[in-house]
Amino acid sequence: MKGSHVLELTRRLTEAFGVSGYEDEIRSVIRAEIAGLVDEVRVDTLGNLVALRRGAGAAGQPGKRVMLAAHMDQIGLMVTHIDEKGYLRFAPVGGVFGLACWGSQVRFADGTVGTVGLDGGISARDKLPTLNSMYIDVGATERAGVTVQVGDVAAFWHAFAGQGSAWFAPSMDDRIGCVVLVQLLRELAGREIAHDVYAVFTTQEEIGTRGATTSAYAIDPYVAIALDVTLTGDGPHTKPALEVYLGRGVALKIMDKGMISHIGLNQLLIAAAEAEGIPYQREVLQVGSTDARAMQMARSGIPTTALSVPSRHVHTPSQIVDRRDVAAAIALLVAFLDRPITV
Amino acid sequence: MMALCDRLERLSNAFGPSGRERDVRALLRAGIAELADRIEVDALGNLIAYKTGADPEPRLRVMLSAHMDEVGFMITEIQKSGLLKFQPVGGLDPRMLPAKRLVIGDARIPGVIGAPPPHLQSAKQASQPPRGSGGQPVELDDLAIDIGAESDKEAEAKVKVGDYGVFATQFTVLSRDSSWPTVRGKAFDDRVGCAMLVALLAERYPVDLVVVFTVQEEVGLRGARVAAYRVEPDAAISLEGTICDDLPRPPDVDLTPVTRLGAGPALTLMDRRLVSHPGLLKLLRDTAEAEGIAIQYKAPGLGGADSGAIHLTRAGVPATVVAVPCRYIHSPASILNLNDMENSVRLMAAALRRIGREHLERAG
Repeated sequence: MKGSHVLELTRRLTEAFGVSGYEDEIRSVIRAEIAGLVDEVRVDTLGNLVALRRGAGAAGQPGKRVMLAAHMDQIGLMVTHIDEKGYLRFAPVGGVFGLACWGSQVRFADGTVGTVGLDGGISARDKLPTLNSMYIDVGATERAGVTVQVGDVAAFWHAFAGQGSAWFAPSMDDRIGCVVLVQLLRELAGREIAHDVYAVFTTQEEIGTRGATTSAYAIDPYVAIALDVTLTGDGPHTKPALEVYLGRGVALKIMDKGMISHIGLNQLLIAAAEAEGIPYQREVLQVGSTDARAMQMARSGIPTTALSVPSRHVHTPSQIVDRRDVAAAIALLVAFLDRPITV
Repeated sequence: MMALCDRLERLSNAFGPSGRERDVRALLRAGIAELADRIEVDALGNLIAYKTGADPEPRLRVMLSAHMDEVGFMITEIQKSGLLKFQPVGGLDPRMLPAKRLVIGDARIPGVIGAPPPHLQSAKQASQPPRGSGGQPVELDDLAIDIGAESDKEAEAKVKVGDYGVFATQFTVLSRDSSWPTVRGKAFDDRVGCAMLVALLAERYPVDLVVVFTVQEEVGLRGARVAAYRVEPDAAISLEGTICDDLPRPPDVDLTPVTRLGAGPALTLMDRRLVSHPGLLKLLRDTAEAEGIAIQYKAPGLGGADSGAIHLTRAGVPATVVAVPCRYIHSPASILNLNDMENSVRLMAAALRRIGREHLERAG
């Protein structure tokens, strides 16, 4: 029963629109999901959705401020030019790979869809494409038929699909982190907790962890955890330089290109996982980073780590996660918040 | 218009590469002494001018910024031959540098970046665009500055390692035609912003205005970062000189230029450092419409301005950029249209009269 609730939540969150800087739709979807689950909710200057589930404190002490951040934004394409034939040139918003674009369906905030086309003849198909050599085709036959404007943004679009334990969506990075955070708030509902949990659905992560930068400053948390996806090392021909596998549990960040996790905070998470028998993996990622990078550097420094849901094909139109890893992430956060936090 | 042009001329001719903005700062400080209520200079060298608003408290505090620094050169080595090796300060295209005139240091020692004469190039080379004009790659390592010294000893008497250089370009009016008034000069990025800020300080607005002339923008938006931390603005707008590539293209190329000369103030939707705040964009659009000022949008995804640092300050600041198109930016000679500059000032002044808390909010 609970499993199907999470699946339906994942469908709603992955199918909502929200490219970096243009997160209005996904924000309103999440806001509706968490209504009644939190004590306070606000939208800040950068568009972060900041929700507080207040804790009761413990042993006469006030609870610690725990910031949990999942980013709402997904990578996308911004229209830079509309030509006389009605084709749209675009700039990347975040880390868009040319290889992943050709033939992809994209969707604008107003529902307009398009296909990413490739310049040149048949020979161009055998070469690694650059973004400059591609365009969005909205099916127009002349410019007058195009309602899209320069500056409009589009995201890779495909409906959510569940297949066994595997879940597919173009926006798993990082809607699955948002799913973990919303489901955590659901599980905390009606439950006594000691700590003040700041559930922050951040903006503009994909273009420089910007929302986390300002929201971490405002909250000034005692500890912070980013909830995001990570790559896996389990492809058919991948040497397992990355010891993270789909379906083997939540990944605990040790290090990535942007940060080294706080050792004491990681020890608390490991202790909670081992005590509760929650499957986890140790993640050492050699590319990329998360909101944890920005939160760690807020003010005079915040003890920070990240919990990752392993995902295959990150930043492509068809990203895969495993629901068992999602469940492990939620369970670990519940176990962590049930315990004293001192780092 | 003439006041703006005169101010731009003096600012454009001033010497002010990133980290050595003091001449520009002195010029500006004198220019705003009678216009601001209070003036300070912070630890990094930002010049900050405060002008209290006319509305009763509480008032919004709006920060406008423009950077004083320009791209330039720093001398890194004096060679036995008397030639000077250098590092660029800010974004310079090495292909553009050969045969360009510079002035170096406080004594404004004139020099030129050496280039091989056409006589020494093969017929094949000569049929191609000249070395350094985009035809062949030029490495910074191949380039040196010649100040006409016979030896290192003679050069050292004039120039020291660590001295700065800037392009030796004097401001020139190209066209006085009021429908297309154009001027040429160096450092329009961002002395055009500085000149506009001085003009904007002449008026007292309903809101508290904090005008910041920043340092070290070209090397990483450094001055703006600390200035915004100090000022804690409710909203921030950077005034810039920006990329303009509206020259004729081959007939089969169907692409929008980044901006067009003479097409009005250029608004930023998204650049490499900022997604503009939707409320401020609406303010500028509505203001332009009400005032009958034509605006254009800068092609998304390119460049970055001080607002990129300002908007991430503390708990976040609503921010955007308004820019004047400048052809041949970051070169010895940029060209801009004074009408774009005047219309940018009109737009900003009208926006400052209009801005309210409703422009700083986001949809739920």
